[in-house]
Amino acid sequence: MSTQNRQGELMQLTFAYPMPYEWSIGLYGSRFFQEIKEKRRFIGIKCNGCGMVYVPPRRVCGPCFKELSELVPLSDTGVITAFSVVNYPFIDPNTGLQRPIPYTYGYIRLDGADNIFSHIINETDLGRIHVGMKVRAVFKEPDRMQGNIQDIKYFDIIS
Amino acid sequence: MARRVAIVGTGQTYHKSHRPDVTSREMIKEAVSSALADAELTIRDIDAIVIGNMDHFESINYVDTYSVEGSGGVMKPIMKVTTGGTTGATVAIAAYYHVSSGFFDRVLAIGFEKNSESDTTGAIITCSDPVWDRFSYSGAIPSLATEATAYMEKYGATQEDAALIAERDRGHAMNNPYAHLRRPLTVADIMASPMLAYPIKLGDICPRSDGACAIVLAADGIAQKITGKPAWFKAAAVRHTYTWFGDSTDYNKGLVSMQRASKDAYAQAGITKPVDEIDVAELYLPYTWAGLKWIEDIGFCGPGEASKFVGDGHTHMGGKLPINPSGGVISTNCIGATALLRVAEAAIQVMGKGDTRQVPDVRNAIATGFGGCFWSDIVILSSERP
Ligand SMILES: [Zn+2]
Repeated sequence: MSTQNRQGELMQLTFAYPMPYEWSIGLYGSRFFQEIKEKRRFIGIKCNGCGMVYVPPRRVCGPCFKELSELVPLSDTGVITAFSVVNYPFIDPNTGLQRPIPYTYGYIRLDGADNIFSHIINETDLGRIHVGMKVRAVFKEPDRMQGNIQDIKYFDIIS
Repeated sequence: MARRVAIVGTGQTYHKSHRPDVTSREMIKEAVSSALADAELTIRDIDAIVIGNMDHFESINYVDTYSVEGSGGVMKPIMKVTTGGTTGATVAIAAYYHVSSGFFDRVLAIGFEKNSESDTTGAIITCSDPVWDRFSYSGAIPSLATEATAYMEKYGATQEDAALIAERDRGHAMNNPYAHLRRPLTVADIMASPMLAYPIKLGDICPRSDGACAIVLAADGIAQKITGKPAWFKAAAVRHTYTWFGDSTDYNKGLVSMQRASKDAYAQAGITKPVDEIDVAELYLPYTWAGLKWIEDIGFCGPGEASKFVGDGHTHMGGKLPINPSGGVISTNCIGATALLRVAEAAIQVMGKGDTRQVPDVRNAIATGFGGCFWSDIVILSSERP
């Protein structure tokens, strides 16, 4: 479809169609989603070189450039390290539709992990959310889980 | 021993929110022609080209070949380098390596973007990891906002402290005829602007611009014949981390990539007291809190001291270390060109071609690039041949 402006002198071409992709989640990433479905908790992976516990688990520690294999069970709780209440409209490339606003995008240090994890926090009132608050993951019902990051619905503030 | 290299010419477009009158290759041609004119060279003098923009922003692959007639690169050695927001600085540094290596004498570095041709936030979201981050990642603004909340929590900086950065940069843009937003903005205006993602308001964030930038680099011995005042590379440092947000960000440590890149760059340049030895800074500050937190990470002041340092006027024109005489990213943001504009503007200052935005007697100038998940590039230019 072409649109015109400046009385039709300058034209623009519009492209607006979906393009499908398939991404491999990897061995430990798959285990992460399986653990959520079976035990409703997170797992991380520990580096024997630097001692870091990473979540989600992956095969390599970047700084050490070492293979990882020691999976570590974690709980379903963590602490907010940073957040933002998103208020502006934009097209979500995941859906092709406007993402519903407002919502809170946050970074959470899961208990027992050393890096942080990004997800949605179920609180948009700036008076009730602060860095340092404790949160707990709310999961989908197992029969509705699809093996993706949305198997975690969001994190609820618990204190 | 690597060869000494200098910037001998710069060019840029008049940046705007929308350029429906040109394709991006035509827009690139404008910047390249202007850089060649500045160096009094022709495209025949150019031995090689390095070019970059944001991957897939305009949904064009192989931008090196897509734009080849605009860059002047037909049947020349040309390479594409894209590293997200840092692209422009990485392009400049790759071109520096091209000349420094001894393989090429005169090299063009080009960065460009037509932000108007895609949804910037949607395009940026596709830079994040599709399995882990893309569902919740919300584009640059909320990602930077998280850094701001953590910084405010740690040091008690206020939204007004941050707003002063945009007031300063937008004020400086009044002196730059190429800047996209040339309308002053006060702290009060910024505080009253709509909240986009707490604590970032419309006045705290960079615009989306269409524009291109090009610079000409030349080797020692050739540079001096092209211009009486080349801007010599004294340092170039690249520190890139993950695209995985949870790994690239440590709110307790600050912007680690900039801390490491600046330490490396200062060592290369022999700089021990940055504020005393650097005369002007063109920093990639895409939002206001960056103008506080990151000047701590680059060593202009200590942790938590930036609000006072900026508030005392040290970084305004006429201050101890003016930041962004061009108006910076807050005034112009054609992303693939943005970090190259920082390098070009730093070169302009060293070459004394800044006209109404010129800082007097510039010897050393620093330029930074910032990208994606908190990674950094740094270039230090000097009027002294190192
Ligand atoms: Zn390790």
